[in-house]
Amino acid sequence: MLLPSVVLLALFVYGFIGRTVYVSLTDWGNDPAQALATNPIIRWVGLANYHDLFTGFLQLRFRQELVNTIFFTLFFILGCLGLGLGLALILDRNPRGEGLWRTIFLFPMSLSFIVTGTIWRWMLQPQGGVNQFPTVLGLPSGTFGWLSSTDSIWKFDWNKLPLLTAAVVGLVLVWLAVRAARTGDRTRTIVAGLCAALLLGWALFVGPNVKLLPAPELHGFNLALIGIIIAAVWQMSGYTMALYLAGLRGIPEELREAARVDGASDVGMYRFVIFPLLAPITLSAMIILGHISLKIFDLVYAMAGPDNTYTSVPALNMYLTSFRQNQFALGAAIGTILLILVAFVIVPYLASAFRSEEGHA
Amino acid sequence: MNRIQIKKALLIAAALAVTSTAAAAGKLEIFSWWSGDEAPAKDALIKLYKQKYPGVDVIDATVAGGAGTNAKAVLKTRMLGGTPPDSFQVHAGQELIGTWVVANRMEDLSSLFKAEGWNKVLPQDVIDLISAKGGIWSVPVNVHRSNVMWYNPAKLKAWGVTPPKTWAEFLGTCAKLKAKGVAAPLVVGENWTQQHLWENVMIGTLGPQGWRDLWAGKLKFTDPRVVQGFTNFGKVMDCANKDASGLSWQQASDRIADGTSAFNIMGDWAAGYFTTTKKLAPNTGFGWAPTPDTRGTFVMLADSFGLPKGAKDRTEAINWLKLVGSKQGQDTFNPLKGSIAARTDSDLSKYGTYSKSAAADWKTNKIVGSMVHGAVAPESFTSAFGAIIDQFVASKNAQGAAAAAQQLADRAGIGK
Repeated sequence: MLLPSVVLLALFVYGFIGRTVYVSLTDWGNDPAQALATNPIIRWVGLANYHDLFTGFLQLRFRQELVNTIFFTLFFILGCLGLGLGLALILDRNPRGEGLWRTIFLFPMSLSFIVTGTIWRWMLQPQGGVNQFPTVLGLPSGTFGWLSSTDSIWKFDWNKLPLLTAAVVGLVLVWLAVRAARTGDRTRTIVAGLCAALLLGWALFVGPNVKLLPAPELHGFNLALIGIIIAAVWQMSGYTMALYLAGLRGIPEELREAARVDGASDVGMYRFVIFPLLAPITLSAMIILGHISLKIFDLVYAMAGPDNTYTSVPALNMYLTSFRQNQFALGAAIGTILLILVAFVIVPYLASAFRSEEGHA
Repeated sequence: MNRIQIKKALLIAAALAVTSTAAAAGKLEIFSWWSGDEAPAKDALIKLYKQKYPGVDVIDATVAGGAGTNAKAVLKTRMLGGTPPDSFQVHAGQELIGTWVVANRMEDLSSLFKAEGWNKVLPQDVIDLISAKGGIWSVPVNVHRSNVMWYNPAKLKAWGVTPPKTWAEFLGTCAKLKAKGVAAPLVVGENWTQQHLWENVMIGTLGPQGWRDLWAGKLKFTDPRVVQGFTNFGKVMDCANKDASGLSWQQASDRIADGTSAFNIMGDWAAGYFTTTKKLAPNTGFGWAPTPDTRGTFVMLADSFGLPKGAKDRTEAINWLKLVGSKQGQDTFNPLKGSIAARTDSDLSKYGTYSKSAAADWKTNKIVGSMVHGAVAPESFTSAFGAIIDQFVASKNAQGAAAAAQQLADRAGIGK
């Protein structure tokens, strides 16, 4: 019974992933004359496309997009979780007209990102919408370039990327080692500790000499992204609210009463009883939001247009590179990098899900 | 229904099918992105075709979306899938040549040009733009001019300035206007309009011949003259609004109409927008001049139709191309579209005030092709060049931008 679906999945998902990875290792489209020819000559070039994306003179846009994605993901997830939890906590106190509020908060999720993007683009017009609010109070109108700003903050030099990555991964490994030492797992402590030492040593002594690019290239958090993050949070925080509300309602009243009997204050009850019980919900919300933010395309396209480097994201670049510039191999390389990024989010989740499933069996 | 009845019904259905195919002597599928405002012009052209070839069943395959962004993706799918439309719309020049001609998927139309005598009625500069690899590849139906500077005559008078004739003069006027409290004397919009401005400054700096050499690969982007063009562009951008990337070209034009900004550099579709949408009168409500340093040069882009290899209805498609290139066809299409005819023998009485002035220039000026609208550079260049412009506007590093542009040109095969 399962066989047809397995075959279809193998072909249309894993087969095409494999094909995309293969194409990303060729030069298909780098020569315009071969890109759309009937029988294109396609040569194997190994990792050259990836090398180009990370260090090529012309691929500055892609690097900025990677940085954009990191900041976008961070603020999008934090915003949705924070706002969603706040709304859920308010609704959990059974305010009057709760059903209506719930519908209102959840409503944005029923819209597509294209619609959300169009609405927010109107609201964030530099000379209209939100910037005009102060004039209602007789103040001068705002001047913030919501979607058109070209300024950025927290800039860093792309040449320092290996250094930064090694440092971050090294610190995570140190943390793992410390945790393993506490639980008394000796082999784990030693392996993680050694890896951390190696990486940090590399970051300190070799890292500073690695030059990815001939000249320093600064990337940072572009202020124009703020508008897009606001729109995305507006759209998705209703969803996290619904998750948290279900979680809060799932906590048995006896548990709360027991906490109260034990003398827990309101704050204490939330901190020591309710929030720990909501942790699994937070994790699954982070997974869902994380992969949405990595593959986001339509919202950015609708709000800032496809050609705005400052707000662009890798998925948009992949589309333009493949279908406007006909550089199929380079586009496939961007797609593969996106897949790897999503895997970073999804695989730990799947692993933990499998583990807990085995535990139940 | 018993079996005999079913048989009868089937027979009748079959007979009807036969007669209906017999009535339509053939089929023709026209692929374009003309929808909305541009649809009436296309419909008029198709109507004319049906009058001439009444037996042909015309399928109007329109994929909506500005500048064909969606249509081009659909077209790629169809071409690669082996079911090309019989004829499709494309920006004349490198956009077609760099994508489809180099892939050997178009038919050479030189013999058609000779048979119809188009070589004589189309300016030689245009024939050069649509020729490559020893062939002529598409039939231009219209011409738009992209080097036009739009302004508000009443406002300019109030400010006491005149439309500048050179970029140096422009910078002076800009300083004067800034002193009078005009925050952004020049208005630009989203990325492609900045590329549009870039090419106008570059053509003004290099002159028409230098511009041609640039795309023929004879002049490198790293040449000091081109670097100078980038520097000039940076200075011009200092006169522009800071919220550019959030504006469409229509919103940028609005700022001319309401007098927030003094100048806008845009193609002549802006004339249609000013007259039709904003209800402004030419010469009083809005004014125009060639962009600084490009007097005597006509920067053109054109919509055209080509013939893909393997078109199913080749004869009908060739008839279509004959109509597209004919005087009657172009004079039917262009007054409705707001463009001018590519032919120099068109009937000017059918056109508006602005179009008449453009048509007069078309006959006498030097003609060069637009980069951003696909005439001189392939899509792979234009699409990626936007990032270089963004980068340059932020950093103002002319040397770096020129070097990046040269690398991009090498990759896109420009000058090969």
